[in-house]
Amino acid sequence: MKTARVAFEGDIFYAVPLEGKLKLANGRIVEEEQVAWLPPVKPGTCFALGLNYMDHATELKFKAPEEPLVFLKGPNTFVGHRGRTKRPEDVTNMHYECELAVIIGRQARAVSKAEAYDYVAGYTIANDYAFRDYLENYYRPNLRVKNRDHSTPLGPWFVDAADIKDPMNLSLRTFINGEKVQEGTTNDMIFKVDDLIEYLSGFMTLNPGDLLLTGTPKGTIDTKVGDEVVTEIEGLGKLINTIV
Amino acid sequence: MNIKVRARVNGNYYDQFLPAALKEGVIDAEESMIHSWASPVCGTVYGTLLNDLQSLKAMGDLLNKPPYEQPPKAPVLYIKPINTITGHHTEVIIPGEAAQLKVGASVGIVIGKRTAKVKAEDAYEFIEGYTLVNDLSLPHASIFRPAIKEKVRDGFCPIGPWVVPQKYIPNPEKIKISVYINGEKKHHYSLEKLVRPIPQLLQDVSEFMTLDQGDLLMAGCGANLPTAESGDIVRIEAAEIGALENKLRRWWT
Repeated sequence: MKTARVAFEGDIFYAVPLEGKLKLANGRIVEEEQVAWLPPVKPGTCFALGLNYMDHATELKFKAPEEPLVFLKGPNTFVGHRGRTKRPEDVTNMHYECELAVIIGRQARAVSKAEAYDYVAGYTIANDYAFRDYLENYYRPNLRVKNRDHSTPLGPWFVDAADIKDPMNLSLRTFINGEKVQEGTTNDMIFKVDDLIEYLSGFMTLNPGDLLLTGTPKGTIDTKVGDEVVTEIEGLGKLINTIV
Repeated sequence: MNIKVRARVNGNYYDQFLPAALKEGVIDAEESMIHSWASPVCGTVYGTLLNDLQSLKAMGDLLNKPPYEQPPKAPVLYIKPINTITGHHTEVIIPGEAAQLKVGASVGIVIGKRTAKVKAEDAYEFIEGYTLVNDLSLPHASIFRPAIKEKVRDGFCPIGPWVVPQKYIPNPEKIKISVYINGEKKHHYSLEKLVRPIPQLLQDVSEFMTLDQGDLLMAGCGANLPTAESGDIVRIEAAEIGALENKLRRWWT
């Protein structure tokens, strides 16, 4: 099942897709463009992975990490499907990152790799923009690069874990104004979803609603004001964002 | 001077304002009717690294060498997520692999209303008040990568005991913080020597990310942080705010 969270006529609704339209929880059927799309979950703690695809690590001239390179994101950074992300005037390289986002469903502490998927509630798409001009070498990637307001589109749907048979074999694609600019598969992740849950829950408690943004494959290029950026993952839909 | 401080106590889900006054030179509330303290802050907690001239100086030449290459330009921030947050008088568990923890004592700037792109001269309007933060870490030398495994353990961020409203602290830059371990003074620093004083810090942070009502931004933790181990009682004290006390222990003791 796919569920969205949308704002419509002054209220917030859960909604499901119905023949290209949206069916709100109150039964009303509306066009996708009639609603404001919110992130499909209210994120708890959000973990993001750096350099978690071999080809992207090589692209950035980094060695693949031996331990997951994890950073955290605050609630200010999320924005829903069809949202807008600002490109600051002084920036020369702002690139998208199409990422599989894992939504934790149960409290997890010291969970083994074998049991890790029992703790996953579902999946969505994250576009984890980076503003490379602001990179500095202290707690890198620093928050000025990765935690800007509205710089992490999330959505459109919360897709139940049961609907995704093999999350480690999904194709990811990004299009700018209709042109394909990034393509990869979750199969190329260095640390897989079960590795990450085992790793993180090995030293801390994960809670329902926590998010894992699992990194992006090769093919990250600069975007310009006015660009429509579509990040797409097999089985999860298409997440649209516009640069302003 | 009698004041009122905002706290979350006795398992209640709502805030209470407790009468407080100076006692032996430090703000203290009447605690006899209180059996438990939760963090008075429920928003996102952001730490600030190297915001103290001493801590920057302690880095010395390293700032210009790999992997850092140059001194930081923007504020260096990190997040202490919800699993780390705990209150006054709780016990913090030391993970099995660690012998000692670093104690990062900071003033917590508690945000009073949504703060986006504020100017330094207006910054105080956005501050509800101040509290104390015990930012615990496993010792780590490198600050090149985010210190998640070192800083984001369960219970590694006691906050409290309460929030002192800003009106009672007209000169926060004069705050002096002391850390006592088992009653012995181990660390002392003053907010007079910040790289970015509080108003400038709020300007430079809110330039790129919005802080919400209830969020907390640490002013910084000073240099040469003290260490503590199992059985130790860590007390962080500032005359204008109060004293935050927590005990460290291993879970099997």
